[in-house]
Amino acid sequence: MKNYLRITHYALLAIGLALLFTAQRNQTALAQNPTPTDDEVNRIAHQLYCPVCENTPLDVCPTEACRQWRDLIRQQLSQGWTEDQIKQYFIDQYGVRVVGEPPRTGLNWLVYILPPAIILAGAILLFRALRAWTKPSTTAAAPRSKKEAPKDEYVARLEEELKKRK
Amino acid sequence: MLAEIGYGILVVTFIVALYSVGAAIYGERKKSPAFVESARRAMLLTWPLISLSAATLIYLLVTNHFEVSFVYEVTSREMPTYLKVTAWWGGQAGSLVFWSWLMSAFASLVTLRKWDRDREFLPWVIVVTSITTAFFLGLVIFFENPFARYWQTFDGQVVASMFAPANATAFFPQDGRGLNPLLRHPGMIIHPPMLYLGFVSFVIPYAFAMAALITGRTDDRWIRLTRRWTLWAWLFLSFGLVLGGRWAYDVLGWGGYWGWDPVEIAAFMPWLTGTAFLHSVMIQEKRGLLKHWNMILIILTYALVIFGTFLTRSGVLSSVHAFAQSAIGPAFFAFIGATFITSIALVIYRWPELRGETEMKSMLSREALFLLNNLLFMSVLVICFWGVIFPLISELVTGQKVTVGPPFYERATAPLFATLMFLMGVAPLSAWGNSTLLTLGRALWKSALAALAVTGLLFFTYTKNAIALIGFFLIAFVLFVTLIEFWRATRARMNAQNENFFTALLTLVGRNRRRYGGYVIHMSMMLMAIGILGIEVFQIQTQGTLPLDGSLKLGEYSVKYESIAQFTGPDNRQVTRAVVGVYDQKGNYLGELHPRIDYYPDAQQNMTIPGERPTLRDDLYVLLVDWQPVSANGATFKIFVNPLVNWLWIGAIIFFFGILIAAWPERESEVVPARTKRVHQPSAAD
Repeated sequence: MKNYLRITHYALLAIGLALLFTAQRNQTALAQNPTPTDDEVNRIAHQLYCPVCENTPLDVCPTEACRQWRDLIRQQLSQGWTEDQIKQYFIDQYGVRVVGEPPRTGLNWLVYILPPAIILAGAILLFRALRAWTKPSTTAAAPRSKKEAPKDEYVARLEEELKKRK
Repeated sequence: MLAEIGYGILVVTFIVALYSVGAAIYGERKKSPAFVESARRAMLLTWPLISLSAATLIYLLVTNHFEVSFVYEVTSREMPTYLKVTAWWGGQAGSLVFWSWLMSAFASLVTLRKWDRDREFLPWVIVVTSITTAFFLGLVIFFENPFARYWQTFDGQVVASMFAPANATAFFPQDGRGLNPLLRHPGMIIHPPMLYLGFVSFVIPYAFAMAALITGRTDDRWIRLTRRWTLWAWLFLSFGLVLGGRWAYDVLGWGGYWGWDPVEIAAFMPWLTGTAFLHSVMIQEKRGLLKHWNMILIILTYALVIFGTFLTRSGVLSSVHAFAQSAIGPAFFAFIGATFITSIALVIYRWPELRGETEMKSMLSREALFLLNNLLFMSVLVICFWGVIFPLISELVTGQKVTVGPPFYERATAPLFATLMFLMGVAPLSAWGNSTLLTLGRALWKSALAALAVTGLLFFTYTKNAIALIGFFLIAFVLFVTLIEFWRATRARMNAQNENFFTALLTLVGRNRRRYGGYVIHMSMMLMAIGILGIEVFQIQTQGTLPLDGSLKLGEYSVKYESIAQFTGPDNRQVTRAVVGVYDQKGNYLGELHPRIDYYPDAQQNMTIPGERPTLRDDLYVLLVDWQPVSANGATFKIFVNPLVNWLWIGAIIFFFGILIAAWPERESEVVPARTKRVHQPSAAD
């Protein structure tokens, strides 16, 4: 039993050391991140929208504020931040408007649900209407034909002729 | 004094327009042709009156009357005269005068036509167009007055007002702020008038639709009378959109032409309903169906035209607060609401009379496919409208601002556009009245096979991207269908009439302008689709800071930074212009480009103008992002390669010719009785 405990202790120590070593290796790697290229900065900036100008992606916004935000992204990248962390930072700082689509939460679901629902309803409506129109109607046609019934013999003959031509 | 005269004329015009409405209604109700004629003349008077007021405004703009607030906001001493003239529509107040001027011009044109057969429509057309004109004049007079002057109050504050506040003296600024540099581009000078022409032209079919509903003359006469107006409206609106895209591409410096911005979408939405309407009216003309739907479509188009005008200039959708603070916001919404509800109420009132005269026989008939086309256009509209409105709703309900940007629109609309393209290939070959899978299959298989062959070729030589391949298949399919249609009919004519190819083709198109104009439009759309697909799927970009003689590689191009210079350009702008050499992969010199940054001191704003190398294969697009002013040794460039994008602009030019063909007057179209065409044999040949 004692041996088992000792083995477990050694194992835990080894795992701990390994984790520590890995973490240190990672930290060293992050600290030594080379200066990010413009393309790396722009790739993330493209997914963010200028918090000041309306509907302008951060990578192309010409304002001084946006230039500074791009520099901030560069700095964060050089410090080893991930893309998600950078995006989250901007969301925390400036709200969800900095991302190109509303996050799928709460009321925002309406953005994604309502248009397909309306389109689907339209499609069903159209399909049903088309089916109703293409079916040989007896009940629907009767009153209309009554309404459009020719008033005199000449008109009746004319209608007949026209039907034949069809 | 001039400002007072300009404003006074607008007030008089407003009263004249209102009189025109009143006289037309009174004349119609009392069956008094004299009053209707009086209304018509009153309406005809509005155009010269607004022209006079506009001339006054232009004079103030050109002669640097900065004491007028509008002149101060949109011009400066440095601006060239032509820009001062175009500044008329560069600001909100002036553009509302411009809208009214166009509206009265179009309304006058339409009332000058011969009304013999359609005299019953006249009073109501006058009512609708005059109400619209009066509404815009009212906005100008009561909310957005371009003639308001600056006054300095006794406590030193400067206020803009038409009349002098108590104890205030006139204030004369030395210089104006100048037109927004982004609006000084030729594209932007023509773009708003084109868009407005499109908007205003759509009011005419709407006015006739309302006249038809009110008078109960619900056959397709109103459609036949306004068919050409609708086509011109569509042409102007389409061209306005394309010019806007070109402007964005050349001026905004982000390597694209369309950013799904609410203002862009505002102009796109009436185009969607207008396009659906253009197709849908054909069903009513040919088959006597969809009368309700056509009414609803033109009502929607009118509402979206007013909505679009509102959004384009005011930018109120940026925030709920901006809307609440906007003076014209509530007025616009009240007008849109009132006209929409009244129009729909009229449709409901005439519902029984708007029933179809025949029935649909097949789900694959052309009318059924046109209906599907309408559903798709409406679906895109729903997505666009909701995407534009939702941020406002979110802010209103939760206080949270959200952005509905390109990723949402692109994902949601791409499948719909793809289906529309497919329909563009299938629908022209289906017959009015009846079509079966077999007849359609027979008509389509050759084109489908040829398109498959093209797609296969592209798979082995150009791309393995699935989306691109689907897109190219659809484009090739539609192009083959249309070209085969042209060829079949031309060959038939060559055989029957013993004509050579060109004579046969020209006669064919000349005698069936609407049909072949439509085909040309379809083909132009496909060329535009090539450009859109190219830039959306294959665009590549890079950015880097280069020392002098340093190079940046992208795709098959290498761009070498050669020099930079600063100088003062026309319009007093400070130009920083780089010279870059362009080389291909093998190091062959292809030419030089001049990306530049223009700084406008009056507006204190930069403009980034790209250097472009357009070819049919791609567009090399180089931006000067930044530079070190002291040493000029380093400059940052952003480079895009936009494959195939120039097909978009080529397609737009062909599109223009397509509409010209379709809209060119045909003598018989005005005199053919409405019913005679409906009794023909259903066939694909129509």
